[in-house]
Amino acid sequence: MTTTAAAITYKVPKRRHPVLQFIVHQPLGAAGLAVIIVMMVCAALAPWVAPYDPLAVDYGAMLMGPSAAHWLGTDSFGRDVASRIIHGARTALAIGFVASLWGSTVGAIIGVVSAYFGGKIDLVIQRIMDVLLSFPIIVLAITVVAVLGKYIVLGIDVNLIIAIGLPMVPKVARVVRSSALAIRELPYVDAARAAGYSHMRIIFRHILPNVVAPYLIMLTAFVAQAILAEASLSFLGLGVTEPTPSWGLMLSGAAADFYQQAPWMIVFPGIAISLAVFAFNLFGDSLRDWLDPKIKI
Amino acid sequence: MKLSVLLLGVAALAVAAGAPAAETPKRGGLLKFAVSAEPPNYDCHANSSFAFIHPVRPHYSTLLKFDAPKYPAIKGDLAESWTVAKDGLTYTFKLRKGVKFHDGSALTSADIKATYDRLRNPPTGVRSLRQASYADVASIETPDPLTVVFKLKKANASMLSNFASPWDCVYSAAKLKQDPKFPERNIMGTGPFVFAGHVAGSHWTGRRFDDYFEKGKPYLNGYVAIFISGAPMVNALAAGEVLAEFRGHSPADRDRLLKALGDRAVAQESPWVCSLVVTFNTKKKPFDDARVRRALSLAIDRWGGAQALSKVALVRHVGGILRPGYDLAASEKELVTYPGFSRDINASRAEAKKLLKEAGVPNLTFTLTNRTVAMPYTPVGVFLIDQWRQIGLNVKHEQLETRLYLAAQQRDKPTFEAALDFNCDFMDEPNLQLQKYLSHDRSAINYAQQTDRVLDDFYDKQSGELDRKKRYAIIRDFEKRALEQAYTIPTIWWHRIIVHHKALKGWHILPSHYAGQDLADVWLDQ
Repeated sequence: MTTTAAAITYKVPKRRHPVLQFIVHQPLGAAGLAVIIVMMVCAALAPWVAPYDPLAVDYGAMLMGPSAAHWLGTDSFGRDVASRIIHGARTALAIGFVASLWGSTVGAIIGVVSAYFGGKIDLVIQRIMDVLLSFPIIVLAITVVAVLGKYIVLGIDVNLIIAIGLPMVPKVARVVRSSALAIRELPYVDAARAAGYSHMRIIFRHILPNVVAPYLIMLTAFVAQAILAEASLSFLGLGVTEPTPSWGLMLSGAAADFYQQAPWMIVFPGIAISLAVFAFNLFGDSLRDWLDPKIKI
Repeated sequence: MKLSVLLLGVAALAVAAGAPAAETPKRGGLLKFAVSAEPPNYDCHANSSFAFIHPVRPHYSTLLKFDAPKYPAIKGDLAESWTVAKDGLTYTFKLRKGVKFHDGSALTSADIKATYDRLRNPPTGVRSLRQASYADVASIETPDPLTVVFKLKKANASMLSNFASPWDCVYSAAKLKQDPKFPERNIMGTGPFVFAGHVAGSHWTGRRFDDYFEKGKPYLNGYVAIFISGAPMVNALAAGEVLAEFRGHSPADRDRLLKALGDRAVAQESPWVCSLVVTFNTKKKPFDDARVRRALSLAIDRWGGAQALSKVALVRHVGGILRPGYDLAASEKELVTYPGFSRDINASRAEAKKLLKEAGVPNLTFTLTNRTVAMPYTPVGVFLIDQWRQIGLNVKHEQLETRLYLAAQQRDKPTFEAALDFNCDFMDEPNLQLQKYLSHDRSAINYAQQTDRVLDDFYDKQSGELDRKKRYAIIRDFEKRALEQAYTIPTIWWHRIIVHHKALKGWHILPSHYAGQDLADVWLDQ
């Protein structure tokens, strides 16, 4: 008697495109991403998307409510609120991305260096980080702006970006250090040391690439904080100045004077800020869940 | 909503205008009012801000003062009477009898002499911002304890009005002899209120001086000046926590307050001896070229801008170097002939473009330095940038905190390109307003850095001219040259709006927020 093995058929699961997987598994994050993409497209194409020149003053259209001509109304200079919000996205995203990029990158390098060398270097770096962490973000940013003043390069206030990015440095340094402490003990790092590679090479070629996941998560989360910080500083008169379109600036000054007569002057920029922060927070949280294997289990 | 606010405003204005003159003042009560900044020190002679004058002026007296309901008429304060010699070279004042300082000592002519000597020739370490105003005084004599005689080197058309300056507080000669810096840290005058306290960051208090020389005055038991600004100040007014703020409100704040207070509010409005001017740094290219400066002036639609901005900011009037409406100011017919004041803005802008092209800077890029005080600096800054954009210029806006803003203009070698500056005074007087346009070596408030002896000569001529018609003609020559050279150009003149509670009586709005603040005649109807 012969026996024949039953034919076993394997159904190879179809591999979805990672973006599709993200959308299926993280629908809220995907919604956040969609909002971010729309904002970025609007910011990039602002001169073509915006119905009016955001700086064009029209004294014949002062404080006009939302209408077919001005969808979101006009401000006290007759400037189109929708156009200023669209152009304001440029300011928010440019400052948000650049500030969080420098803050997170410097923080990641400090975290890795601190973890790699350990000992007294680690001790000193961490105490400095403790000092920076003891200040609330906005207080630290206000202090930096007040001390440094303004330094405009290519129309962007470099000191404002430094002020917004600085509070992010210790937070990223802490998170990245904890990941780097584990990586430092792995055999391939010992092997690199044994091979006589320099500290710089080990840090930048062997450790840093392996802390990219927490770095990216922090970076995304901090864009929202940076947008909020920029809006707060502009609201306080320490950020960008009139007539540059900025969401925070649109909430201050004349908007505060006319909030009863022309509520659209504060409602729509407020919605823009809330939406942007909400979108980046949703995306950042989802990205963390998506990239962190421990949470997946 | 707009209509109701308008009606309330009209009603309130009507109340203000029609206030019965014969109301009998009531004694008593504590006046609480807001001041949106704090005095930097206690010395009248060294200060120039309303933040100082509003809380401090009620402690002091001056030789003369403005008769508020009859401005610009002046009346005696410490002086009972005065005479001016026909040649304008001798001013003789007879002082009131029985005037006492708050420490009980008697005021004599020696106190007046010591005060004015300090003003015109401050001792080392003492700062006097009014030194230039008294530069023509040759000597001060005190023939008896109640007579003071000022002798001048040359006639000065503004001299009598200078004696009504609210900044020229009379100090005790004895105290100044002990320490010339005594007023920097102490308050001791002959005014209607005695200093009762200053809590930094919070408030300033004064109580009635029972030995005040005007019998029956002041009416108030005392006052509290509360340091509060912005929206909280408007909220405090709306809630009745303070009864007034004496600098000025924006039209939006006025409407909000009138709506909130209803018939408990009184609105008083007046033109204001305050203008925003653009100063060009003539030491910096291309602003050393008169064509460029004139082009930038020509590009500004002052008439359209004034009409529009008056709805959202506390600016309203188009004028030259003197307040429109003042009898020595240019008439509208004269004004429209000056560069930048034509009613045909398209023609002006075409000329501006032509001048810039001739100067080789058709697409000029520069920075306008402004201050972070929102009203009216920000709206006027935005307005100017838009005006210059319309002739193809790219203007960056730099808003600095007040200390940095002033430093940017006042340092020895300023680096600013163009700055939005202010020109505010305690009264209409060419000798004060024209100082902004004098050569840099003759004026501490000229930040344009230019030297123009033609303007200086016109200034001296008008200052010494006692005939008003002749003075008017010389001022026109000065104005024409100043606006053609455009070192410093006027933009739009301010409009003062004060909303106060109806219970506050005896206070009259003036075209200056520095004058009329001794509170001697103020009373509370409650």
